[in-house]
Amino acid sequence: MPSIELKNICKYICHDVNLKIQDKELMVFLGPNGAGKTTLINIIAGLTNYEGSVLFDSVPVDKLPTHKRGAGYLFQELVLFPHLDVAANIAYGLTAQKQSPGQVEARVNQLLQMMKIKYLSSRYPKHLSGGEKQRVALARALAPSPRVLLLDEPLSSLDVQTAKYLRTELKQLQRRLGITTVYVTHDLQEAEEMADRIAILQNGCLEQVDEPEKVFFYPQNERVSDFIGAPNILDCDYCRSLGRGVMEVGCGGLPIIVPHDGDSIQRIALFPRDIYISDTKPPGPEVNRFRGSITSIKSAHDAVKIEVKAGKNSLLVEIPHHMFEDLNLTTGKEVFLILKLRRIRIYEKKDL
Amino acid sequence: MLKKIRPGWGLLSVAIFLGIWELVTRLNLVPGQLFPPFSVVMQEFYYLTTNGVLGDNFLASLIRVLIGFCAGSIAGIAVGVIMGWMENINKALHPVISLFYPIPALGWLPLLMLWIGINEMLPIAIIFICSFFPVLYNTVTGIKNVDKDYIRVARTLGASDVKVLATVVMPLALPNIFTGLRLEAGMAWRVIIAAEMVAIPTGIGALLMKAESLIRIDIIIVCLIVLAVMCLAFERFFQYLEARLTTKWR
Repeated sequence: MPSIELKNICKYICHDVNLKIQDKELMVFLGPNGAGKTTLINIIAGLTNYEGSVLFDSVPVDKLPTHKRGAGYLFQELVLFPHLDVAANIAYGLTAQKQSPGQVEARVNQLLQMMKIKYLSSRYPKHLSGGEKQRVALARALAPSPRVLLLDEPLSSLDVQTAKYLRTELKQLQRRLGITTVYVTHDLQEAEEMADRIAILQNGCLEQVDEPEKVFFYPQNERVSDFIGAPNILDCDYCRSLGRGVMEVGCGGLPIIVPHDGDSIQRIALFPRDIYISDTKPPGPEVNRFRGSITSIKSAHDAVKIEVKAGKNSLLVEIPHHMFEDLNLTTGKEVFLILKLRRIRIYEKKDL
Repeated sequence: MLKKIRPGWGLLSVAIFLGIWELVTRLNLVPGQLFPPFSVVMQEFYYLTTNGVLGDNFLASLIRVLIGFCAGSIAGIAVGVIMGWMENINKALHPVISLFYPIPALGWLPLLMLWIGINEMLPIAIIFICSFFPVLYNTVTGIKNVDKDYIRVARTLGASDVKVLATVVMPLALPNIFTGLRLEAGMAWRVIIAAEMVAIPTGIGALLMKAESLIRIDIIIVCLIVLAVMCLAFERFFQYLEARLTTKWR
């Protein structure tokens, strides 16, 4: 499978984008709506004209029309042909390649089995569920053995559970086929789960291209940090195993318990919304509960942002307005914090 | 709870209508010479059928409709596909088509009589015009209404323009094309009757005019029944064809 290279790409909002996607890599384009993610994969597929150059395996493909680029494209709306049954949808790209009926049938059967949808082969798209449609659309995109796979928010229309399940399957499939893939999403969690590397796009510019952990723990600038939600990032002074998949890390004088069973931890991160705040001492065991004092309170349109000094750390806490009104919080007041155990993200030393 | 209406109910209403017709005329509630009973009309229908008059005129009209309608529809679909698919051609032809489309088919009759003369080509040309423009419009609309994403997907799957047109755009435009065909199939019969009444000496329309000059109300009603049945049959045929081709996926 080829590597993909974008050189000085300009189109609409995208301005001078340069990026190299390695062979067999799963690159996630992450950014808010209107950042230029879909524009970029349309450019790779040749679905739109552009300035600059696209190279597959260092060979420019700019002059090749879409149908000769060999890019499998999974659209956000999936866009199954309504007048063709599942088998015919999957076979479409194969007949376009003028493969013999025997070859087409064999490949369709192979994909039906691979995607576990053999029982759907004679159904029409109107009789399929969202998850089934997604599998059929993926099988159709993979059928002509594309050189690269482009996925434009393919799971956005599915319910959370189905999307999570299919994400895992999709990732496994990509690994198994070893196909160079570009995956577009605006969901950070989805990007973290899927990506070998993440390319963060804002207003048509590439802000950072890195592995998911590095994007999260070492955002290159404020725009990236803002986009991923400005987490509290704490450096760890020490780290020791407590056994049974639990470790204790010391961050600025706070002994924090984290579920981890790997190498030593260098940094941890926690989103402001994943910290509880209380003006009275909460009941329960003294695990990940810390005393601190409020240093500032800022009211934003969606939440109240409270900065709390705990140990040597300054932690940002976010609570809804109605909760803030219920608590009697003022600057300088002593409060209690609870860090949500399962929400703590970990950056291991080996990643450096 | 809604119950499915059985076809028998439709037939029953027709039977009741015919019964009332027969009763009203037999009881002389309307003047018999202006409105003959249904049984008399049927007798005349039998007589006209057995002596071949109805068959000959019906066949003459049918052949004209079939040739004119098929030619007009095929041309309408062909030009419609080209206009719908190629934006430049659409832009170039659209003003001309828009100019001709509102002219009623029968409006062309005087001009065509001078150009073609009064012969078999005249009604065929009228039916051609009657079918061509609406089918063309519906085809253009159908093709333009196809979601562009389907075309993009087909292209990413390696389909050439011709394959995209033949295997994605045309099938998805079928419902619109069939709407045009269905409406114009009935309209073709209405127009042919009018054309034959005005200018052609054979066909159901001509038979109507002869019956009118002889004050034969029964023959006029026979002709109208034939016309109604043929309009309905043609429309139903395309309805059936559309259902066969599109119901599975719509």
